[in-house]
Amino acid sequence: MARWLFREEHEMLRRSVRSWVEKEVRPHVEEWEEKGEFPRELFARAGELGFLGLTYPEEYGGSGEDYLAGAVFMEEMARCGSAGVAAGIGASIGIAGPQIYKFGSEELKRRFLPPTISGEKIGALGITEPNAGSDVASIQTTARDGGDHYLVNGSKIFITNGVRADYVVTAVKTDPAAGRKGISLLVIEKGTPGFSAAKKLDKLGWNASDTGELVFEDCRVPKANLVGQENAGFYYIMQNFAWERLVMALAGVVGAQVAMEEAIRYAQQRVQFGKPLAKFQVIRHKIADMAAMVETARCLTYHALSLFAAGEDAVEAVAMAKIYACETASKVADEALQIHGGYGYMMEYPVQRFWRDARIGTIGGGTTEIMKEIIAERLIR
Amino acid sequence: MSRYSVFTEEHEAVRRTIRKFVEAEIAPHVEEWERQGYFADWVFPRMGELGFLALRYPEKYGGAGGDYFMGVVLAEELGRCGCGSLAMAVAVQTDMATPPIMQFGNEDQIKKYLIPALRGEKVACLGITEPNAGSDVASIETRAVRDGGQWIINGRKIFITNGVRADFITLVAKTDPDLGYNGVSLFLVDRNTPGFTVTRKLEKVGMRSSDTAELLFEDCRVPAESLLGVENRGFHQIMWELQGERLMGMAGAVAGAQQTFEMALEYARSRTQFGRPLVKFQVIAHKLAEMAAEIEAARQLVYSTARKFAAGEYPVKEISIAKLVCAQVSHRVADAALQIHGGYGYMMEYPVQRAWRDSRLNRIGGGTDEIMKEIIAKTLGL
Repeated sequence: MARWLFREEHEMLRRSVRSWVEKEVRPHVEEWEEKGEFPRELFARAGELGFLGLTYPEEYGGSGEDYLAGAVFMEEMARCGSAGVAAGIGASIGIAGPQIYKFGSEELKRRFLPPTISGEKIGALGITEPNAGSDVASIQTTARDGGDHYLVNGSKIFITNGVRADYVVTAVKTDPAAGRKGISLLVIEKGTPGFSAAKKLDKLGWNASDTGELVFEDCRVPKANLVGQENAGFYYIMQNFAWERLVMALAGVVGAQVAMEEAIRYAQQRVQFGKPLAKFQVIRHKIADMAAMVETARCLTYHALSLFAAGEDAVEAVAMAKIYACETASKVADEALQIHGGYGYMMEYPVQRFWRDARIGTIGGGTTEIMKEIIAERLIR
Repeated sequence: MSRYSVFTEEHEAVRRTIRKFVEAEIAPHVEEWERQGYFADWVFPRMGELGFLALRYPEKYGGAGGDYFMGVVLAEELGRCGCGSLAMAVAVQTDMATPPIMQFGNEDQIKKYLIPALRGEKVACLGITEPNAGSDVASIETRAVRDGGQWIINGRKIFITNGVRADFITLVAKTDPDLGYNGVSLFLVDRNTPGFTVTRKLEKVGMRSSDTAELLFEDCRVPAESLLGVENRGFHQIMWELQGERLMGMAGAVAGAQQTFEMALEYARSRTQFGRPLVKFQVIAHKLAEMAAEIEAARQLVYSTARKFAAGEYPVKEISIAKLVCAQVSHRVADAALQIHGGYGYMMEYPVQRAWRDSRLNRIGGGTDEIMKEIIAKTLGL
């Protein structure tokens, strides 16, 4: 525990989230992973316990705590052993909700934040498109001005919570000729005619989270659903990326930690050549390397978190943390699988899931390569 | 104000003073010292005069009473001087050979050794490693046998930093060979004691301006009061401080890596190939971004661990991790920096080759990578 960063109230919160995760989440993750989804009720239950509104003010049903509290919640969610569950919950409160909270009108906040915080409604953020991944400015979904509404056409892909979300904060081009300066955010509700979730995508990992492909065909969205200013969407998206990436870095550290703990447990029990694996020097050193990577990733991520929580410029620190933590998660999970030998390749051991789940870390929320572009832009070129 | 919240304005003021000193008085001589394989003898007294050798020592010994992070500031600024040798020599003086004198020494020993060392009037070295005892510290063979009012010392020491110029040695010797770690004691031995000779100045691949010695003790008789602290407690008396020293050394290694990175960045901005500066090539920009991220990660590892150490914790696992990671990062960064320099990186006229050679020692000295992994594995219950 980093005493210099977290206070006693954060540690209390940590204990209470951890015990809830142990009791009500972890025992079910195998089943949810198999089904490819976790129950909607989990949102409501987390909301009832007050976990979804930590970083939102009381007037919308939150508890007005700081980002450190939000970070603690996401860290403990990540310990549940299924990154998909943490991703689904994180997408609603940490990715979709903040756009409305930070940039939306009072009316939008009153309509969408209280039910998101209570867990009755699930939110999603729709940016990525089949032809626009890292290159956000190149999105092709358009919103034509129809007087009191926008007429939206286009499609979105890889949208976490996309299939069952009650609303999608959607990036659209309101001025297609203006590049990144022509992007706006619209809150599009489920059931709006012309909006359909085309399919639920099959993924390598994050299986318990639903990932959707969305289609908009002449979908009429009231102008009241515009988030903030027209054509300012790109800026809004970039603003919240820091938090999303920070959460991914935190989850990467925890994921690596959990995978390492699993490897240690296995290495202590598994006997080959007459002694436990943990007594072979090459295995001990492999695990020492894993521990070193995890500790380094944690220190860097906490540094980025402390800057972010203090309201300082954290862009490059967050980019560095995301690279280091997510790369670490992948490497450590791979070594953990290696230590498990043949069993590591079997679906009955959780380490294969840690390995699969970790793989998205260096892609989602901005690839490692894009993170390096950000650092290069600010420090190098 | 520092970008890092571990430092106060006072730390930063000291940092500026040290940096100014390094730029004005050290940097101009580095090339020459490296060529001759020895940095000038005036460096220690000059640094003592400026108070740099006693930053963390109490005022009653002429120190500034600074905290652990004041030591980090010194290590970082010397780490940036472009000469790993100097940083290492000073670390031996301030953080390795003398802290046990303050902790366990009697008044006479403090007066005779500690205070002059902090003033830079006497140079200290620490004698642990032997030809047959490197990582396996408990296997040292140097013996000290009691003979009435004297101790008779016999044995060899090797790889002793400052060993050629040192005025005295904080020596680790076996006083009871049957007791392993519990049969080791510390002695303070003067350079001119009969039977104590410097047999060789060793040639090294890097850290060339630091003098590294092989020492011989042949029926070397020292008075009973040369014993430092308690007989047979020497191992425990020396080990507590080596943890803090490891971390401090890594603060210097990371600062050195930062300086090497800046050198590579500067080169990549000014060097044009295929019609544009190297930084405009994505692969070079990303390589530099990776270096920056690794350095920041290593730095945060040091700061986070230093916070624990400064708060009175004894975080052996974290210190060992920091030693392992920072040493590797420092050498990896130096290698990448050399690569970015291309053919010029291989030429002795560019300082990047020195960073590459100097940083290699970080993975060996003060406990090898492999020993760090042994310690980490143990702390994990393996």
